[in-house]
Amino acid sequence: MSIGLGIAGFGIVFFSSVLMLGLAFLHRKKPSVFRDIPAFTRLRQAVGLVVEDGSRLHVSLGHGALTTPQSASALAGLALLHRLANLTSAGDQPPISTSGDATLAILSQDTLQAAARTSERANFDPTAGRLTGLTPFSYAAGAIPAIRDENVSANVLMGNFGVEVALLTDAAERENSFVLAGSDNLVAQAVIYATAQEPLIGEEVYAAGAYSEAGPLHTASLSVQDVLRWLIIAAILVGALLTLAGVL
Amino acid sequence: MNRRNIPSLIIIISTAIAMASGFLVLGGYFFAQNTNGQASLLSDIRLTLLNWAIILAGFAIFIGIINLSQVHFKKIQNKQKGAFYSLLLIVSLAATFLFGLFKPGQVEIVFTTVQLPVEASLMALLAITLTYASIRLLRRRLNLLSVIFLVTALLILLGTAPLPFVGDIPGLSDWVRPFIAQVMAAAGARGILIGVALGTLTTGLRILFGSDRPYGGNK
Repeated sequence: MSIGLGIAGFGIVFFSSVLMLGLAFLHRKKPSVFRDIPAFTRLRQAVGLVVEDGSRLHVSLGHGALTTPQSASALAGLALLHRLANLTSAGDQPPISTSGDATLAILSQDTLQAAARTSERANFDPTAGRLTGLTPFSYAAGAIPAIRDENVSANVLMGNFGVEVALLTDAAERENSFVLAGSDNLVAQAVIYATAQEPLIGEEVYAAGAYSEAGPLHTASLSVQDVLRWLIIAAILVGALLTLAGVL
Repeated sequence: MNRRNIPSLIIIISTAIAMASGFLVLGGYFFAQNTNGQASLLSDIRLTLLNWAIILAGFAIFIGIINLSQVHFKKIQNKQKGAFYSLLLIVSLAATFLFGLFKPGQVEIVFTTVQLPVEASLMALLAITLTYASIRLLRRRLNLLSVIFLVTALLILLGTAPLPFVGDIPGLSDWVRPFIAQVMAAAGARGILIGVALGTLTTGLRILFGSDRPYGGNK
């Protein structure tokens, strides 16, 4: 990367960081108001039902390896897993997590163990966070039995998926269980829109933390995304006008 | 030191290490060259840290396979539903491992003759699943967007696959399909990708600041 490009990139990241920290500090006591995303409202209801009827929550994190850029959606999924594991800690059965990448499986075990520690649950089962396969289809094939056979009533599929996500949403629908699904992959988003009960499109995947009240930085990150989006729109419009004027 | 404080101390240390590593890798990415055009110190540190991460990810696969075996051993032990398939998985895992150990040059035969055909069949199954799901979409969510989704999918299908005895449909194959795929879908996809990129940026920043800690336990 050239020095100029590096400085520009650093400038964007620095500006975003300052904005995020500043907004988190300013809004730390004030509850934020977001647009309604019905999927998250229904997720809260489904989580409530999981606790009430003693069933299980299943969170699937996809197969985006941590050393690749596709890991961001899985990391957002892990943050949601942590939040949901805490919310369902009063339930009879601890949540389970499936993933298609070994590093994600280890992190999901750690997250579930932390939730078990917080809720003072007597024993933590390390097989609750599991690797189900190392290729996209073997991962999906391995996750289907978890959806089908382990008394799961709510499924959250959040991470990097491909078209194989349809096999998971189909399995969940056959069990009449709740499905909220989101991915950073465009093809998977189209598949999710057609097959999932509650699809998340675009950046909605990254808003899960803010909608589940995970903390002020989650709330601030949504505002930062909005500010940056407006700046990008302005830059595109200015670029188009300058091109029309023959300057660019 | 009080024993109760040890987990908190571990969290603080792991968070500090993760944040420092994150900032160093980010710095190494943006300031990869010094003014002489040579690789900077930060860039070298970034490469070293990334190499360590790749080695650790390799070990993680080994741990993941142990975890996978544990899950299926437990199923067999408790005679849970699908225990037979778990047994099949363990036997296949052991057989592939032994095959790889004694015939390391030919281990890919297992993948080309077993894994690939099975995954191809799953792909074929997916075509049916998606067709069925698209039909059910209108029953599940009857709104304007679902109708647009289905009509667009139908137009693209008709415009892409020539019909028997008719061939390409005039107007649809040469105008409607390219317009939808290259103008409307490309514009929408760019918008979604910008949103995903911004979400990725803010998720990364939250982890850099230690707000999201997918390591060492969240508190």
